[in-house]
Amino acid sequence: MPFVTAGDPDLEFTSAVIEELVARGASMCEVGIPYSDPIADGQVIQESYTRALSRGIKVSDILQTLGQLAPRINGPLVTMVSHAIIYRHGMERYADALQDKGIAGMIVPDLPVDESDGLAAVCKTRDLSLIQLVTPTTSRDRALKIADTSSGFLYYVSVAGITGERSVVPQELQERVGWLREQTSLPVCIGFGISQPEHVRVLCQVADGLIVGSAIVRRMADAATDSRDQALRQVGDYLSSLLAVMDAR
Amino acid sequence: MLPPPGSCSADVPDETGRYGKFGGRYVPETLVYALDQLAAEYEAACGDATFRGELDGLLQNYVGRPSPLFFARRLTAHCGGAEIWLKREDLNHTGAHKINNTLGQALLTKRMGKKRVIAETGAGQHGVATATACAHFGLQCVVYMGEEDIRRQAPNVFSMKLLGAEVRGVTSGSRTLRDAINEAMRDWMSSVETTHYILGSVVGPHPFPKIVRDFQAVIGRETIQQSHAQFQGLPNTVVACVGGGSNAAGMFYPLVGHHEVELIGVEAGGRSSSPGDHASPLTYGSPGILHGSFSYVMQDEDGQTSPVHSMSAGLDYPGVGPEHSYWKSTGRVNYTCCSDEEALAAFDVLASCEGILPALESSHAVAHAMAWARERSSDQRIVVCLSGRGDKDASEIARLKRG
Repeated sequence: MPFVTAGDPDLEFTSAVIEELVARGASMCEVGIPYSDPIADGQVIQESYTRALSRGIKVSDILQTLGQLAPRINGPLVTMVSHAIIYRHGMERYADALQDKGIAGMIVPDLPVDESDGLAAVCKTRDLSLIQLVTPTTSRDRALKIADTSSGFLYYVSVAGITGERSVVPQELQERVGWLREQTSLPVCIGFGISQPEHVRVLCQVADGLIVGSAIVRRMADAATDSRDQALRQVGDYLSSLLAVMDAR
Repeated sequence: MLPPPGSCSADVPDETGRYGKFGGRYVPETLVYALDQLAAEYEAACGDATFRGELDGLLQNYVGRPSPLFFARRLTAHCGGAEIWLKREDLNHTGAHKINNTLGQALLTKRMGKKRVIAETGAGQHGVATATACAHFGLQCVVYMGEEDIRRQAPNVFSMKLLGAEVRGVTSGSRTLRDAINEAMRDWMSSVETTHYILGSVVGPHPFPKIVRDFQAVIGRETIQQSHAQFQGLPNTVVACVGGGSNAAGMFYPLVGHHEVELIGVEAGGRSSSPGDHASPLTYGSPGILHGSFSYVMQDEDGQTSPVHSMSAGLDYPGVGPEHSYWKSTGRVNYTCCSDEEALAAFDVLASCEGILPALESSHAVAHAMAWARERSSDQRIVVCLSGRGDKDASEIARLKRG
């Protein structure tokens, strides 16, 4: 499952990348809504947000573009969005907009389960997924509570840290995810740090899905300097190389 | 309509970190563990006489507390109205109120068995105070500071390094305090198990606003005692500058229940009231989420943080502590703002009338106090929280005056 930043360098390219990735076999796509103060993100995604925002991108334009895209592709779209943005728009208004555009749900990385009751209720009445995160610092009791209030899938954060490519995945990861999958009927997907075929080979056996962000965003950024077709092909080829590892299993 | 007096409680926050509707905890799941640990450790420390005793001893013998409450006789005569008194936090070790909080949090760090400390800083006062506390306790210290602030507060950068801290320049966003907080939070995401984040203001996710307020409340408690000792009563009005709002929260909190005392917070009015020209979220902003907390903030219609401006690095921040938003909503504290120009003028007057160089941040409070005093009779009294000294600002003031 790829993550792409909306509007880097523009929405036309975002649309083209998502179409390409889905055509190459991505099962769904996570779209990052650029935010001015993303504390969970490493440099690659931060900078992509800053580039998009410096071009004056607006949330309404992003949702408009995704609304045109959604019916054309064979796989759901979810937004990764700060609660600062949702709050400013109004939880119900934001949820209505997603529903109206045919977007499947949202991941809100700065809304922990203790604060999410309101938004969870808003999502439930609209059949939108609210995908919540479990991390290595989450206790088991708390993980069960998060699994209870999450919908769509559970996002397991591979490391205590920010987004960004890493060379190795933590040893305990497989055991932790294995435990979590036994506790819930929701699919469990792993994200943060995943970028290499070797990661995919190890993790695709323990998770229902894998999320790749910074490695894709970094390749998308090349569109600013290289030709767009070339960047598009690069991103697509990269995804195919990861999917090939999964198919080989 | 004003809320009835007494609608503002001192019994905040609740256990979820709410001050009325403000506050809370809007952070990545990874940090919840560290925040829970901190809240539990703080609660335990509050009930521990040894902890309290150790902190009180340090405040007395290391910081030099109590800080004096000083009658500014010539400044009062200059304004020709109410008496102006100065709560001299500028005389603390390291030159500002920030040390009250960093010593408390460094003691908590030790209790938690953590060996590494990170901090953000704007004006550099909190960075210096953190580096100082870490040197005192033998803790490793990393301070995040925006590149723009590194430029305008160079003396403090030098001090931090001399104290053994590593200063990491932050080049993202506006390169000021807000970005330094982002970067410190990101560090903490990856280091929660071994590192404590000594946040310097009453902002951020619960329990930081409460912990910082409590450690700073020594300012208000001393002011109450000293007022009774020196003029047999409480002042009519107390004024403090508000960026994130820690000196103001520490000064105001013990006075919240004394309804006869008017409380005024002064934000940075910057160049003008136009968006981007000031740093006054309580005056011009609206409630929203920033840095883990629900409070007044400068944001655009999409929830993106807006650019702000103040010549004073310590006030150059688009948000404010949630308890200030609560005090504003209950009407207990009045918030106003004062321009760069008025603050600079107040700096000059205090320097020439009293021989005191106030920090540019504190100069905002001095400016408002002077205006207030001029309109009142000589039987009235105002106390200014003089939160820090201006030595750090000397070269920046010279630059600003050259225009």
